[in-house]
Amino acid sequence: MAKLNVKPTRMELSKLRKRLDIAIRGHKLLKDKQDELMRRFIELVKKNKALREEVEKELHESFKEFLLASATMSPEILEQAVSYPKESISVDIKIQNVMSVNVPQMNFIRKLEGDEGSIYPYGFAQTSSELDDAITKLYRTMSKLLELAEVEKATQLMADEIEKTRRRVNALEYRTIPDLEETIRFIRMKLDESERSTITRLMKVKDIIQQ
Amino acid sequence: MGDKDSILAFKALGVDVFSVIDKAEARKVVDRIAANGYGIIFITEQIASLIPETIERYNDKIIPSIILIPSNQGTLNIGMERINKNVEKAVGTNIL
Repeated sequence: MAKLNVKPTRMELSKLRKRLDIAIRGHKLLKDKQDELMRRFIELVKKNKALREEVEKELHESFKEFLLASATMSPEILEQAVSYPKESISVDIKIQNVMSVNVPQMNFIRKLEGDEGSIYPYGFAQTSSELDDAITKLYRTMSKLLELAEVEKATQLMADEIEKTRRRVNALEYRTIPDLEETIRFIRMKLDESERSTITRLMKVKDIIQQ
Repeated sequence: MGDKDSILAFKALGVDVFSVIDKAEARKVVDRIAANGYGIIFITEQIASLIPETIERYNDKIIPSIILIPSNQGTLNIGMERINKNVEKAVGTNIL
């Protein structure tokens, strides 16, 4: 390890000691932060993966139904049927702080929530039953899809933060702290050495005076 | 966002849909709706694979979250890969 470029004086020594103290404390704190972040991240990412698998499967199914529906209906009628939705989804995003990572917390406002009525925004006369199936499936998937949006964003942001924290921890552990320790040792050696040389000089002087 | 056939169904659920066909258009639309304050953008993997840089740009922003969904042609597994990449970035190896 490289020693820092400082003058071997008592002033520097006490300064460096203070820095070392702070570095060690910071390292400990950051390490704790990293561990906790990692724990939460793993929890979240498992959920994320499961959700994504589910959503992809369900979406695939509803797309299949929708494809069938579009095959049996003329494109104009299909488009007309879905053009004026009954449901409307809006999202209210709050920012939540999880271990210093700002994670969006999404609050979905669905107009049809709790509404017992039909979710289909069209009459049944001109549309096929495949369309109904597709829309129903999609409607059920939607809440999962929205949850996925929240979880996936959170994991993404946390992954970035974990990487940053890890670099900091490593920089402190393998660079800053060893460097400081080595420099402190070096200064102490130098100071001891000069002290010894002062003592021997004094003894020598004393000897000369006695003679 | 995506090709028209994939996203038309979402319209029935009250989601704003934007159909795009090519790369330049997709890029423009992402930037426009992100600037318009949309919180979540679902984008089909087919379109997303054309504009990875644009999506990358929004990765570290809190709003909007861009989520990849499979289109009606099936999944390209990009969404899953993104999860795995996040894990690798955070943990160092893929533990899943």
